[in-house]
Amino acid sequence: MLSDRDRIFTNLYGQDHWGLVSARQRGVWDRTQTLLGNGRDWIVQQVKDSGLRGRGGAGFPTGLKMSFMPKESDGRPAYLVVNADESEPGTCKDRDILRHDPHRLLEGCVLAGIGMGACAAYIYIRGEFIREARILQEAVEEARNASLIGKNACGSGREFDIFVHRGAGAYICGEETGLLESLEGKKGMPRLKPPFPASVGLWGCPTTVSNVETISVIPEILRRGADWFSGLGRPNNTGTKLFCISGHVMEPCNVEEVMGIPLKELIERHAGGVRGGWSNLLAVIPGGSSVPMIPKTICNNVSMDFDALAEVNSGLGTAAVIVMDKTTDVVAAIARLSRFYMHESCGQCTPCREGTGWMWRVMERLVLGKAEIEEIDLLLEVGSRIEGHTICAHGDASAWPIQGLVRHFRPEIERRILDRLKTQTSSSGLSV
Amino acid sequence: MPKLTINGSDISVEKGTTVLQACELVGAEVPRFCYHERLSIAGNCRMCLVELEKSPKPIASCAMEVADGMVVHTDTPLVKNAREGVMEFLLINHPLDCPICDQGGECDLQDQSITYGAGLGRFTEKKRAVDDKDIGPLIKTIMTRCIHCTRCIRFATEVAGVEEFGATGRGEHMEIGTYVEAAVTSELSGNMIDLCPVGALTSKPYAFNARPWELRKCESIDVHDAVGANIRIDARGADVMRVLPRRNDDVNEEWITDKTRFSYDGLSMQRLDTPYVRRGGVLKKASWEEAFGVVASRIKNMPGDRIGAVIGDLVDAESMVALKDLFHSLASPHIDCRQDGSKVGKGVRAGYLFNTTIAGIEHADACLLVGTNPRMEAPLINSRLRKRYLMGGFPIGVVGASEDLTYDVEWLGDGPDALASIVDGAHPFFEVLQRATNPMLIVGPGALAREDGEAVLGTTAKIAELTGMVREDWVGFNVLHSAAGRVAGLELGLLPGPGGQDVNGILNCAAEGRINIVYLLGADEIPMERLGSAFVVYQGHHGDSGANRADVIFPGAAYTEKEGTYINTEGRVQRTRKVLFPPGLGREDWTIIRALSDTLGHKLPYNNVGQLRDRMCAIAPQLSVLGSVDPAKWGEVGFSGPMRREPFAETVKDYFLTNAICRASITMADCSALKGSREAMAAK
Repeated sequence: MLSDRDRIFTNLYGQDHWGLVSARQRGVWDRTQTLLGNGRDWIVQQVKDSGLRGRGGAGFPTGLKMSFMPKESDGRPAYLVVNADESEPGTCKDRDILRHDPHRLLEGCVLAGIGMGACAAYIYIRGEFIREARILQEAVEEARNASLIGKNACGSGREFDIFVHRGAGAYICGEETGLLESLEGKKGMPRLKPPFPASVGLWGCPTTVSNVETISVIPEILRRGADWFSGLGRPNNTGTKLFCISGHVMEPCNVEEVMGIPLKELIERHAGGVRGGWSNLLAVIPGGSSVPMIPKTICNNVSMDFDALAEVNSGLGTAAVIVMDKTTDVVAAIARLSRFYMHESCGQCTPCREGTGWMWRVMERLVLGKAEIEEIDLLLEVGSRIEGHTICAHGDASAWPIQGLVRHFRPEIERRILDRLKTQTSSSGLSV
Repeated sequence: MPKLTINGSDISVEKGTTVLQACELVGAEVPRFCYHERLSIAGNCRMCLVELEKSPKPIASCAMEVADGMVVHTDTPLVKNAREGVMEFLLINHPLDCPICDQGGECDLQDQSITYGAGLGRFTEKKRAVDDKDIGPLIKTIMTRCIHCTRCIRFATEVAGVEEFGATGRGEHMEIGTYVEAAVTSELSGNMIDLCPVGALTSKPYAFNARPWELRKCESIDVHDAVGANIRIDARGADVMRVLPRRNDDVNEEWITDKTRFSYDGLSMQRLDTPYVRRGGVLKKASWEEAFGVVASRIKNMPGDRIGAVIGDLVDAESMVALKDLFHSLASPHIDCRQDGSKVGKGVRAGYLFNTTIAGIEHADACLLVGTNPRMEAPLINSRLRKRYLMGGFPIGVVGASEDLTYDVEWLGDGPDALASIVDGAHPFFEVLQRATNPMLIVGPGALAREDGEAVLGTTAKIAELTGMVREDWVGFNVLHSAAGRVAGLELGLLPGPGGQDVNGILNCAAEGRINIVYLLGADEIPMERLGSAFVVYQGHHGDSGANRADVIFPGAAYTEKEGTYINTEGRVQRTRKVLFPPGLGREDWTIIRALSDTLGHKLPYNNVGQLRDRMCAIAPQLSVLGSVDPAKWGEVGFSGPMRREPFAETVKDYFLTNAICRASITMADCSALKGSREAMAAK
């Protein structure tokens, strides 16, 4: 369990004011100038040494990503883009950072931004986050008035500005290149890679896109040292992480915990346990809607980190833990997710555009058992033909929940089909 | 040069080549829908997925640049599965209405589903249907068939330069359209039909008319403007069914204009299919002998200087040679091929050619447009200019009317005043041209078809000389013609002889009664009322203004009905092919002149087209080489004289109605009406 001493997000629950004065009292913007004075290489090296992995879902090592940015400018400016388009169902961690601790993010922008040679940061915030965007904008103004950003950011002698850009409500604009397209004023459709944003990104300039939480923890890593951060959690899965626990628990909540905490402990200690007790647990989606679900047998002793969850064919994703107890219609739950992915597909690539709708329609029939047994395999094959065949990971994300469902709950799907066949045949007076 | 292995064979290719292109080089076919050589890469159809060793996922070969040491496979189960998958996804919401689809038989989706599809559908849900959109009289849409390859969007945005096409909605609700339903305003819109890999965008006039395998395909040349776009004419029986572009990177790449593509219905309307003779004020049908007899009786005993000839825009070189020789034998100096009154043609060849060549535009780095609206006069040259503009570093200055040319220009003034300040070096754009490595200028009909045309020509030539446009390795001076027959006429010298009158002079003399016989060879764009009481012979293929005024009509052949030599504005010699026979008693034009000469007792010395072409090449040897451009030598161009003050005029009043074929076409009339109503609306 994480000790209060090691907590980064000290105002996660908004007990304190979000403003600059309170933030400073909590230690934000402390010694930023000194940290900047240590130079670009030091910042990147510290982040590398800390073992920080991206908190947006893919878990790519952040320090490595920062080091992809060009060391010397070829005349083009470089940008940091913060992905605050938090739209993954079940995930609500960035929202609390944005509304309760925005200065932590802004300080992270300055440190990470200057650390990677950027001249400005663009925060792309989800359109539905209306109050959050307002608070964030005010926080930016505060920082600008206090000369923390602007011509001479934090007295570093470097110019660094931060701009807030509101999205218009599309899940796909949370994909890094889709986000860049949207930020440029185009339709949010992911770009082909390569070229990667680090060489050709926003307006054709070198760009790094990072999640809100990733950027927000960087100041604390630099202040306390990479060793402190890498000492938390386990190797390759270091540091603390915000977990969003929702679903059939007594007290749904956001909580900062150390990486690798056992799932059972996380739920029982922080969320008041599963509704009706641990034995009433059916399954958990451990990392936001796009990762495959895991049944109770796995939940019993799995740890919450990237590698442990990958070992059980799931993923940490955004660490949004969706808990489902035994009252859940698990097929309907996944069918609902399928509909979400169909609705949010950008329509660019053939497999995702056409396949997500197909999968949802089959899923809807599976909920009622109005299908043939063979269609379960058809569904898996359709998914496998979407997965890995598209420009971005939306296709993969649409296939994984269904794969998880079939992997662990195939008997339940088959039972529904057989039940319907039985009622059909009995009502028509025939024996099976 | 990166080396890679494709299906076991090694190949080195240029850096920057895509994997798809490399695959084609080793003969490994890669299916695709969204990829098109001349458009930007979208990479969204996913049909071109191939296996790349050490890559966890199959890669889109159209978008991936080759790298050293790549090992690519296009024939593995993984690739087969990916292709089958994409094919299945494309077909689940495709209506499969091939029997009633105009794309049937030449549909990429059909062809590729046979080659790469699974052969069996597994989709049992309801299919998606999409509302059709009305995007004008040329393109028919059946949007349910759309596979969202976005080629049309990319063409409209990139090549045509009209940002009117786009996708709305997302996921399976994504639709291609014009946002607010409206007709596309491009002169190149028809190319979207060719680009569409399925039957979503098809030709409206061609709808349900023919199947591709019923058509007789003939490679020919377009004559609606002076670009000489390479086309394929598809005919069935006695009708042209459609016109398609043919690839020629030097001329039209693979685009043609809407006028080229859609005016073919004009070929079967308003045709002159028999000779006519005016009797009692009314044109009466006549036999060839009668018509020749009437003309001969008029011409005989008439002194040569009382006979004049005006040559129209669509006339082929062969008939021009014949007419020139005939008028020579009649001792008439009054002959002119510039019916718009243009003042080009005197002096060196370089003074009336598009010397930079169309493909050469891509090497220029600054441009001055003088009295020209290339978007209307030569849309394909305009699209080249836009292509060059998109590459960047291409300042374009305009002297003349300020119009939307689909690229940014600097408007320098509307007439000779601006031109004068450039030639003086006073205008800053002079320096822009001077600093450029390969500057070019285009002078168009608006600047030349006026009294002071030669002075304007001389001034532009001076600008060219002063700004370094004339060098051993580069000639940046260009004249843009709008008539397909014009350059051939100039090359063959169909210009007033010593003491001869030009078009204006002929008309004036006719009005004053000093010229009594005017021979109009396909000339329809002159003010007929100025012909006065002259006896008018009209030879041509359409009953247009010339035939209306004529006293005798000789029915000729349209460009689809003869093997005619045309020289485009660059000086490129090309030849049309005979797809059909002229209707009724119509004959190929040179044979009519040859027959007339016999009746007149001045029998021309050629009995077949071969002999005629020998004579043609004797006059202008450069006509003997088909397909290429003979570079012209620089020399004296125009003369320096005073220019008048009035601004350069727009010469194309209505893009869709510029010649007799278009004016007979219902499709072109629809386009013109639509354009008119849109302009009226805009004016409101």
